[in-house]
Amino acid sequence: MRHILSLLVENEAGALSRISGLFSARGFNIESLTVAATEDPTVSRMTIVTSGSDAIIEQITKHLNKLVDVIKVVDLNESEHIERELMLVKVRAADSSREELMRLSDIFRGRIIDVNENSYTIEITGNGEKLDAFLKAVTPELILETVRTGVSGIARGEKAIRV
Amino acid sequence: MGKTKPILRGAEIFVRALRDEGVKHVFGYPGGAVLHIYDELYKQTEVEHILVRHEQGAAHAADGYARATGRPGVVLVTSGPGITNAITGIATAYMDSIPLIVFSGQVATSYIGNDAFQEVDAIGISRPCVKHNFLVSDVKDLAGIIRKAFYVASTGRPGPVVVDIPKDVTANTCAYEYPDTVDMRSYRPTVKGHPGQIKRAINLMLKARKPMIYTGGGVVLSDADAELTEFTRALGFPITNTLMGLGAYPATDPQFIGMLGMHGTYEANMAMHQCDVLIAIGARFDDRVTGDLEKFCPHARIIHIDVDPSSIAKNVPVDVPIVGDVKHVLQDINDGLKSIRERPDIDDWWRLIKDWQSMDCLRFDRTSSLIKPQRVIELLYELTGGDAYVSSDVGQHQMWAAQFYKFDKPRRWLNSGGLGTMGFGLPAAMGAKIAYPDETVVCITGEASLVMCIQELSTCLQYDTPIKIINLNNRYMGMVRQWQEFFYEKRYSHSYMDALPDFVKLAESFGHVGMCIEKAVDVEPALKEALAMEDRLVLMDFITDQTENVYPMIAAGKGQHEMHLAPGSEERELA
Repeated sequence: MRHILSLLVENEAGALSRISGLFSARGFNIESLTVAATEDPTVSRMTIVTSGSDAIIEQITKHLNKLVDVIKVVDLNESEHIERELMLVKVRAADSSREELMRLSDIFRGRIIDVNENSYTIEITGNGEKLDAFLKAVTPELILETVRTGVSGIARGEKAIRV
Repeated sequence: MGKTKPILRGAEIFVRALRDEGVKHVFGYPGGAVLHIYDELYKQTEVEHILVRHEQGAAHAADGYARATGRPGVVLVTSGPGITNAITGIATAYMDSIPLIVFSGQVATSYIGNDAFQEVDAIGISRPCVKHNFLVSDVKDLAGIIRKAFYVASTGRPGPVVVDIPKDVTANTCAYEYPDTVDMRSYRPTVKGHPGQIKRAINLMLKARKPMIYTGGGVVLSDADAELTEFTRALGFPITNTLMGLGAYPATDPQFIGMLGMHGTYEANMAMHQCDVLIAIGARFDDRVTGDLEKFCPHARIIHIDVDPSSIAKNVPVDVPIVGDVKHVLQDINDGLKSIRERPDIDDWWRLIKDWQSMDCLRFDRTSSLIKPQRVIELLYELTGGDAYVSSDVGQHQMWAAQFYKFDKPRRWLNSGGLGTMGFGLPAAMGAKIAYPDETVVCITGEASLVMCIQELSTCLQYDTPIKIINLNNRYMGMVRQWQEFFYEKRYSHSYMDALPDFVKLAESFGHVGMCIEKAVDVEPALKEALAMEDRLVLMDFITDQTENVYPMIAAGKGQHEMHLAPGSEERELA
């Protein structure tokens, strides 16, 4: 089953390689991994999307907690949560397709952030399925390039993951 | 106002910090990146530096020192090949959770990443086989990182820590103060076990009819031998130790039924297979212990005590997990047991175990004129009163040492159980002898393992470490040969040792005493003679029976009850 793990880690050189190295060394799955510093510059927040049986997820969580740089690990699947991913898509937009792409972007609440004669760059935020759906809706030949950030996740309600 | 802090160079800070940490011995080898540090070591006498002949030897020697004393071993090597040579030793310590602090020199910070001379990414290379590692990028961080390195290495589940120090950091200056305490928000190991879980565990133990205690290296690491002995005697349960756990419970005690696992005793493995409650303490359900997981302890409810949560339920599902330091948890359990009179009736269980014991599974041919390796170790055990520090390398001799040297005390048995590193025995024995110069230290080895770190004979001469080396020489990589005999139709592919050195002359050329023993009748007088030479290193080359195999044996992937027994054993229904 797919799980979203939220981590607080020391914002130190090498922390990322320890975490990614753990996944490769122990044969755990990584679907996506995002990381950036938090409001406290000494702490980074990481979101890892992984999958596996309950026993595997338990091992992943335990091994992550064992890493000296890791301050906290929370499995977001254990409670209500929100996930978002940002995607930038460059599409061929000439003549008749320009109108249609703009409409499609509106339907998905995307924004066109760069325009020139033959192309648009569209920014879309949402969960992974929404982004997939947008890509499906666009004629494949028109897609020039896609960039996705991977998932960021946060728990619903007042509950917060803090040091 | 506090006293003013002295302004020191990084290299001085390094040596001062070791002194403040109470370090007495450092095993190392100099090189360009650590020359400032070596210059400081030269100017003082409090920290003794042991100059090894290869960095792998430094790591193993510090590891043997740590296993024997319980104090972290300290290694100092240069950048590049210095640290890469040490990696095997670091991985060895990592697999057996041995506290080690390895200081490696690094090229100056301005050269890092430039493929400079003797540059290697020490942090990257060591990362998968250390508990943690640090790159010191500023001299101001040096003292604090050294303090943290010792703290991390020796607390929780211990392990090796690498500290990589660029050369310019050892030349730069700053105010020195060694921190009194360490507080790391991201590292706070659990010590006390959960009281509710402890209560559940006690209830389960008291309901057992076929209980079994299975303990590992964690009991030794936690110095919990006294607590384990109290616990085991209070319940009267049978107990087995893993290879790493030997000595944590007295091997001569009637409740001890031998080592378990691939070459464990018949009675220990059968009792594991049939037990109804298994109490696992500081052990990690290694594949050499469990065999086929599908067939492992099929009837047992399992209690598992371990300081490392990731060891719990990793290979085998557990009914009552208890995370905590083994010593503390056992103290709490012992306290809990004191107020309960009731003890389970396990007389029938003991009768069954006694019956298994009557198989005499460690039997070997005592009439042969050839030297039987088992007999050499048995005699060594008798002649040293079971009180020697014994290191081993890896292979058949290691298993015979574990089977035939009955360890009554912890920290006497030094072997590479997890990684299985040939070449470990000689430097590890050297490290133990440096820690305890007045104790008898013996390295039990084979001719294939011994030559892997043979250069340390030179270190042994320089630092006057008169260990005794028992070379069980069968002219084969014995364990490889045994597997080839059993599983590869006797195709002995590259498992023979042709063109061996003359070990007597080899020992003599290094300035030691060499002995060659070829007849069974000569074994005892030779051992006596060698052990009497207290101030000399003696290498005893025992020419042993080439065809001897280690029994019992559970083939890889088989269940614990599916053992090969020595030829000629009574036919029995094994399951």
